Amino acid sequence: MKTTARNSLVAMAMIAAAPAAFSDSDHRAKALVMMKQDFVTKGQATADRIFEDGLQAICNRTGNQPPADITKRLEADQMAGVKYPADGKLMGDWKEGEKIAQSGRGFTWTDEPGLPVGGNCYNCHQIAPKETSFGTVGPSLFHFGKLRGNTADMQKYVYSKIYNAKSYNVCSEMPRFGHVGALRPEQIRHLVALLLDPESPVNK
Amino acid sequence: MRQALVAAAAFALAISPAIAQDKPAAAAKPAASKKAAKPSAAPVEEKDAATLEFEKFRAKMIEEGNPAELFEAQGEEMWKTKRGPNNVSLAESCDLGLGVGVVKGAYVQMPRYFADAGKVMDAERRIVWCMVEKQGFKEADLHAKPFASGTYTPEQTSLVTYVAANSKDMKFAVPMKDPHVKDVYEVGKEVVKHRAGPYDFSCNTCHGADGKRIRMQQLPNISTQKGAAMAVLGWPGYRMTGNVMLTHQWRMGDCFRQQRFPEPKYASDTVTALLTYMTANANGVTYTGPGIKR
Repeated sequence: MKTTARNSLVAMAMIAAAPAAFSDSDHRAKALVMMKQDFVTKGQATADRIFEDGLQAICNRTGNQPPADITKRLEADQMAGVKYPADGKLMGDWKEGEKIAQSGRGFTWTDEPGLPVGGNCYNCHQIAPKETSFGTVGPSLFHFGKLRGNTADMQKYVYSKIYNAKSYNVCSEMPRFGHVGALRPEQIRHLVALLLDPESPVNK
Repeated sequence: MRQALVAAAAFALAISPAIAQDKPAAAAKPAASKKAAKPSAAPVEEKDAATLEFEKFRAKMIEEGNPAELFEAQGEEMWKTKRGPNNVSLAESCDLGLGVGVVKGAYVQMPRYFADAGKVMDAERRIVWCMVEKQGFKEADLHAKPFASGTYTPEQTSLVTYVAANSKDMKFAVPMKDPHVKDVYEVGKEVVKHRAGPYDFSCNTCHGADGKRIRMQQLPNISTQKGAAMAVLGWPGYRMTGNVMLTHQWRMGDCFRQQRFPEPKYASDTVTALLTYMTANANGVTYTGPGIKR
């Protein structure tokens, strides 16, 4: 699993420093030992995926609610790892974004490694109205740009939220698509366009 | 690197009093994001056309003959026949918790603790244990291809189906008063919370709250009795996708696959812990027997 050295360093230091707040319960400790023994590599899903990175460890140990101070520092740390496209353009082509949003493939042991990975967006979110098969794990994104505009700040927010959702909400349920290398910067900006372009069906 | 870690730890120590009990603060976002659209999620109980269509189909299938019954019959024969290198039957050697050979009601009272094995075991794991310990089959052989595919159905799948069918119309009653079972239940509760992997998913990402869907698929909240029942009922089940008979053990593996996790070993403690957590949460609900799955 890809994790920046910086990311795990900050998180691990926090764990080391605050044993009372982050100590494992007996049952969690047992669960960790058990899972380490019980999972095996299959396809691209290597056995080491069972281990937490620093941020996951803190979220797991605090019931996804770390103290405010830790939260701020971790979010800042995640934000610092966000990489933007070289040309600085954060809005791409909403039509390409729609294709990425539709695809849920990638990273499972039955997926071919290296294939373009999908954004999985419709799995959890309502987005364009034409797609009626959408999930409800995340909030509706219909009319996202219509309600918020598409200022430079808003583009940057949407881009970095998709790149690393944990930079705004440290234990968000949403994956860190850019951070783990699932989506490339040019794919993320197509998704930004899907949500913010006035021509996108999301904003009609 | 080591030095940096120590330095960072020292710094974190310095700020650690602030860690104490503050509630997490909302992160800074552009102001406009406050005007978030109201999620227009469908009401919790609303079922989509495809689900309703499938339920009609399933009812018709069951009326005309549940394909699981074929595997149940095969399993019954296997249960009663002397087999394996030791040439003994499971009926005369295997204790599923209610006495040697007793199948009636055994499925809904597992997982349970088995003193002879020193472990809490779910039905499938226990059957495999009996096949190895009593009949003399090789564990490696039983673990090699443990789930159905194509025209192949593992023997233990048919046996599980037979045992499960003998708990039809009985209530789930995982013996939670047994401290061994309670302990494994608590460990299972930790497994469902464990976020890891490339997408930071845990079981609870999808199955920890009411009224969630992936696409149109309703996601049971396994922490509740009702949700756990949705997750437990119908297994083992004849799955229309692939036309194969599959067990609850198989379903746990497929969840981990979609969670982007590696594969849990067959008949492992982790799978038993999950099944203990879910089935015990469904305690009191009536088991409807081996089912038909999408």
